[in-house]
Parts: sequence; structure tokens; C-alpha cells
Amino acid sequence: MRGKNRGMDATPGRRQRWQQGIEARQRAPRSLWRFAAPQQFYPLAGRLAPWFAALAAVLTVVGLYLAFFVAPTDAQQGEVYRIIFLHVPAAWMSMFLYLVMAFWGIVGWVLNTRLSFMMAHALAPTGAIWCFIALWTGALWGRPTWGTYWVWDARLTSQLLLMFLYLGYLALTRAIEDPRRADRAGALLAIVGSINVPIIYFSVQWWNTLHQGASVSLTRAPSMATVMLVTMLIMAFAAWFYSIAVALWRVRTIILERERHTDWVAAELDRLAARERG
Amino acid sequence: MTARGKRLTLILAALALLGGATALVLSAMRENLVFFHTPSEVAEGKAPVGRTFRIGGMVAEGSLERLPDGVTVRFAVTDTAKTIPVVYRGALPDLFSEGKGAVAQGQLGPDGVFVASEVLAKHDENYMPVEAQHAVDQAQRAASTLEP
Repeated sequence: MRGKNRGMDATPGRRQRWQQGIEARQRAPRSLWRFAAPQQFYPLAGRLAPWFAALAAVLTVVGLYLAFFVAPTDAQQGEVYRIIFLHVPAAWMSMFLYLVMAFWGIVGWVLNTRLSFMMAHALAPTGAIWCFIALWTGALWGRPTWGTYWVWDARLTSQLLLMFLYLGYLALTRAIEDPRRADRAGALLAIVGSINVPIIYFSVQWWNTLHQGASVSLTRAPSMATVMLVTMLIMAFAAWFYSIAVALWRVRTIILERERHTDWVAAELDRLAARERG
Repeated sequence: MTARGKRLTLILAALALLGGATALVLSAMRENLVFFHTPSEVAEGKAPVGRTFRIGGMVAEGSLERLPDGVTVRFAVTDTAKTIPVVYRGALPDLFSEGKGAVAQGQLGPDGVFVASEVLAKHDENYMPVEAQHAVDQAQRAASTLEP
């Protein structure tokens, strides 16, 4: 308890309620809420991450095999369209992970749960990498098809803005020393920035853009041959599971760093050091 | 209302306000956010004629011709309602062809010919194998011969 509450003016009533909350949680150890405690989530994340990583590896191998050897040549674009199998999953993940970050930001602001903010931190670098991959593969795809690496149309510009929002989040949370303040400032940026995500998604419907419309959407049949569609979805699931695995591993290191003053982290670090020594 | 409920309401209300404000700004800037204008919009005077702008549409069937100098091409951009003739000196993108989408940047001359400085190909969101495209083309040809 000591040290954790520093800076919060712990009035007796407040401290009492805090204590009651902890006791209530201890009385109901089967509740899923117990995983909101970093100490409980740390081992769970450690157990889950390898499974997601293994799933991601298998799906990536299957997806890449289908992408290069099974999916047929496109009638319009020839072989170059195959970059879609990386481009679209990356773009989807970059948008989705930003929404997840905003979700954890809201949860953190409302429930004051430290772990929610840590989850947002853990997701940001992965989302930024997906966003970069989407922009980069898009440029490489645009040159041979459209005839240009880059244009300032609504889709490309709003996706670039998403890249800046990710970088802004990373810079902001690292520029503020006090983790409580850094968490909350970053969460606000994530929440406000999430307005950009529907703009990216619908930009190709709302405005004339050079970027084509969506091939896959919930409201109508996909305009892709089935093999191509299945390959793209497998790659998308691989991207999902990779992101989950990496975020879980990253949140574990964040937990260790943030909770380093506690006894259980000291014990865990001793255990890890002993294992390293062999 | 609990403190939690208040915080949640506050965040959701702020988000709704911000979303509304963004929607208003975007709809106000609607004209400036389009990447290109269609030939119909140019005919209605909605395009910034006199300045550099972009037109987009289909390359009209049978309109593409190369001039004897080898680098100048002429074609027409159509949205089926209106058509604008375009002249362009330079290399065309690989996907540029008649019946496909294209976007041209340049200026509209007094003679109504659009002088392009850059031409981009715009492809659609349909992906299919060559055989499937062939079958679609055949079906369309068969359907067109049936018309009276």
C-alpha cells in the first residue's frame, strides 16, 4: 500500500473504501475483475502470449504460401496486387489498434485502473508499426498501378495523420515523467484522435479519392475472388494474433517497470535473474 | 451519480461534441477535400476553372490516340454524362487504358481541351483471376448483341 498512494490526498474515508475494495476483490477471487490487478495479469499474459505467437506464426506461413503460390494473378493489375495481402491487414490493424488504445484510455479515466493505461502503452508501438507498413506498402503499390508513390487524397492524408497521432502518443507519454500524468495525457490524445479512424475508413465513400473503395465490408458481398479473400483474411488473423502476443509481452515489461517497488516484482526479478544465470 | 458515472458521461459527451464539430468542419470543407472533379461538375461550373485542378472519370472507349511526335497523347475523360478532351505530353501509367479510370491534373484551356501535366490511373476495388474477367467480358458482349 505504502508509496502507491503518494500524491493522492488519502482521507480516512477514501482509504477505508480502498481497503474495502481490495478485501471485496480478495473475497471473490474467481471474478474476472481480479485480472485488472497487474500482479494477477502478469502471469496470465505470460501464459497466453506464446499461444498467440504460435498461432500468428502458423497463420503467417499458411497465408504467405497462399499469397504467393495459390492466389491467382489479378486480371486488372497482374502480380503487383499481391501486396494487398500485407497492405490491407496492416491498414486494418493500424486503425483497429488505435480504437483499442482509445477504449483502454476511456476505461482508465473512468475506473482509475492502472493496467488499462499500461495496455494502451503496450499497443501503441505495434499500432505505429502497422500504420507505417500500411503507408509504405501503399506507396510501393501506388507507383506501378496509379503512377505515383503518393498523392494528397483524403484516404492517404488521413492515414498519414494516424501515423502522426501514434508518434504523438509515443512522444507525449515519454515526455512526461510522472507516469500517472503521462497515462492520462496519452489517453486523452488517444480518445480525441480516435475520431480520425472513421474518417480514414469512410474517406473513400465521402469524397472522390484516387484510392479505390473497400473490397470487403460488412454491408455487401466482397468484390474479390474467394481464394484472394480467404488469403487476405488469414493474413489479417495472423496480424491480429501477432499484435496480441507482442502487446501481452510488452505489457509484462511495463508492469515490471511500473511495479518495481513492490515485493512481488522484486521476487519475480530474482527468479528471472536466477534463470538467466542458469 | 457516482464519480465513475460522471467521468464516463463527461468523456462520452466531450467525444460526441468533438465528433459533431469535426463532422461540421468536414462537411463545410467538402468541396476542398475531393481529389478530383467529374466532367459533369466541370460542366456545372463547380470546378476551379482557370487554376490547376484535377479531373477524373473513365477514359472514353476509342478516344486514345498518339500524336506523330510520339510523346503527346490525346484521350477523353467521361462520366457517361459529360466528356472532356485531354491532351498530355509524357509517359502514361501501366494501368492506363480505355474504359478504365484515370485522373488528370492540369488546366482547362479556352478551347475546352484539358491540358494535363500529370496523369494517374485509378483502378477499382474488384480483384479476380484472368479467366473470371474473360467470362465477365464474354457475358457482357453476349448481352449487348441481344439488345434490340
